[in-house]
Amino acid sequence: MRKVTKNNLITFGGTTALLAVLGVLMAMGKLNNMVSGLTVTIGIYIIASTSLNLTVGVLGELSLGHAGFMCIGAFSSATVSQMLMNVGGVPQWLVFTLAILFGAVCAAIMGVLIGIPVMRLRGDYLAIVTLGFGEIMKSLFNNIYLTQDVNGLHFGFTNPPQNIDAATKVEILRGPMGTSAPGLTNFWVVAAVLLVCLLILMMFIDSKSGRACMAVRDNYIAAQSVGINVTKFRLMAFTLSAAIAGVAGALYMHSLSNMLPKKFDYNLSILILVYVVLGGLGSLRGSIIATIILYALPELLRNINQEIVNARMLIYAIILIFLMLWKNAPFFINLREKIKAKFKKDKATDVTSGGAEA
Amino acid sequence: MSFISNLLNGISLGSIYALIALGYTMVYGIAKMLNFAHGDIIMVGGYAAFITMAATWCPLWLAMLITVAVCTVLGVVIEKVAYRPLRSAPPLAVLITAIGVSYLLQNIALLTQSANPRTFTSIAAGAPPFLQVFEGKGAVFFADNPYADEGLKPILTISMETFLAIAVSVIIMVALILFINKTKAGKAMLACSEDRGAAQLMGINVNGTISLTFAIGSALAAVAAVLMCSAYPQISPYTGSMPGIKAFVAAVFGGIGSIPGAMIGGVLLGVIEILAKFYISSQLSDAIVFLVLIVVLIVRPTGIMGKKINEKV
Repeated sequence: MRKVTKNNLITFGGTTALLAVLGVLMAMGKLNNMVSGLTVTIGIYIIASTSLNLTVGVLGELSLGHAGFMCIGAFSSATVSQMLMNVGGVPQWLVFTLAILFGAVCAAIMGVLIGIPVMRLRGDYLAIVTLGFGEIMKSLFNNIYLTQDVNGLHFGFTNPPQNIDAATKVEILRGPMGTSAPGLTNFWVVAAVLLVCLLILMMFIDSKSGRACMAVRDNYIAAQSVGINVTKFRLMAFTLSAAIAGVAGALYMHSLSNMLPKKFDYNLSILILVYVVLGGLGSLRGSIIATIILYALPELLRNINQEIVNARMLIYAIILIFLMLWKNAPFFINLREKIKAKFKKDKATDVTSGGAEA
Repeated sequence: MSFISNLLNGISLGSIYALIALGYTMVYGIAKMLNFAHGDIIMVGGYAAFITMAATWCPLWLAMLITVAVCTVLGVVIEKVAYRPLRSAPPLAVLITAIGVSYLLQNIALLTQSANPRTFTSIAAGAPPFLQVFEGKGAVFFADNPYADEGLKPILTISMETFLAIAVSVIIMVALILFINKTKAGKAMLACSEDRGAAQLMGINVNGTISLTFAIGSALAAVAAVLMCSAYPQISPYTGSMPGIKAFVAAVFGGIGSIPGAMIGGVLLGVIEILAKFYISSQLSDAIVFLVLIVVLIVRPTGIMGKKINEKV
């Protein structure tokens, strides 16, 4: 079996097994409310972090606007689900499926639109443009009002729309006051969507397009010179990453009773980035494990020691810096070589001494 | 008159951005990296000024001196500990490290100073406005309203903070241009940004020059911190991040690596932001600033003053 296939099987199988165990426990009612709530949120964060890993790990570009795509997915899906719920008669699973798909499509469209200028850039420029994009999305949804009444939809920008029929008024998007989507997200939905997203990501990374992206990451000019259409494949991966982030946003939106646009800020993008980097760039399994540990640990420690929880971002920052130095600084590279050489030497002497005794 | 007042406020904010953008652009020119922590050095400078100004034993000039010293040392230490070992590392690793440093500073401030914003006392507190213009009476400089008894209100007021920000920035920029073009150390900086390897062969201490660049950039950030916290009298652990990012936008706008570009970009961006805030929407001004960035990068990725560099294999 190919190494990649084996790796993917382990990741996918492990995730499925974990979800199955959680599912059985949940069906038996062994999980309390806090833990089952935690599993939903962690599942959503895993979808977000694995999709960011596509941009950062496979494409090798730092995107600081992942929360922006989640924001689009969240609010566009909430619009659809609220409107369909108001119509009535549509089964819930259909409402949610359409909402999630709509969120993903909107995020993907925005991914293409922003990707066309962004994918011409590299490195620092790309990071700062995606950061700016995230901020633009946040302030945009902070200013959009959408209200439905008997006459149809009313749209307002920076101010709520006027002349609304009060009796049939339904506020869909309420600008900075946030949006209340129906609470459709539960463990089973998240588990199913997570597995589907994981499968899509694995298939993409292992496809011709995914390998082209990695070639571009490893050597841009060499990839260009062997005839890879650099912009096309980068745009493809970026869009897929955006679409899946949109799915995560849609699930997130429907898991809370009220969601504010300011929740999708720079800090959320950074938090997800921390999960990706600490889990290992390019490794989906790493992202999953890092997300579970780094999200669950502070939540579980909250009852024991609040100080550690407060300092967790400080600790993450230190680990982030140290990890980069450990992998790339000449001092640490030499240190690692020395340790490795020492271990080898020990082994070698063991073998010879053992042979002499025999 | 409100347009002139907005324009001047914009230029004032823009000169603060320009001071910060200079730090970005000089570091980018020489070390070829985006120092994400630059914005947070501003925040540290703000807190240093806040704490020293609150201390009774500390006169204002000493407080300013301490602020500049703290930021300079911080900038040099960050460079030495976090960035220098990564000089030959892939850009992604450097960028992630810079974000880590930025987050580290922010969280240290959060833990030691709490998340609540504090009120910053302006360095020009108590001073009269720089300029007041009265209808039919002409202008009054450096004085309180002399017509207050008659109930006459000025149609245009320029606060001392606005004036100080512009004046200090202009002085610093002139000094910086002179330093870079006339002194040996400044020319070494130019040489390093042109070609680091060749500069080293000519006997220039490259590491020392990069440290000097970080020191100057951080000192400018300290000055910007004091000016900014005086004009917008608040300080919190997140104070620095937005202005830092906007100043980077300004640096890109002007052409990254170009010192006059950073100045022009900074002032233009400040004017755009204030005018957008006043004439379009105060909530959307941030979004408009970033839109400017995206448009600039589509239309002219090298910025106003930047040079196009082709990548060599």
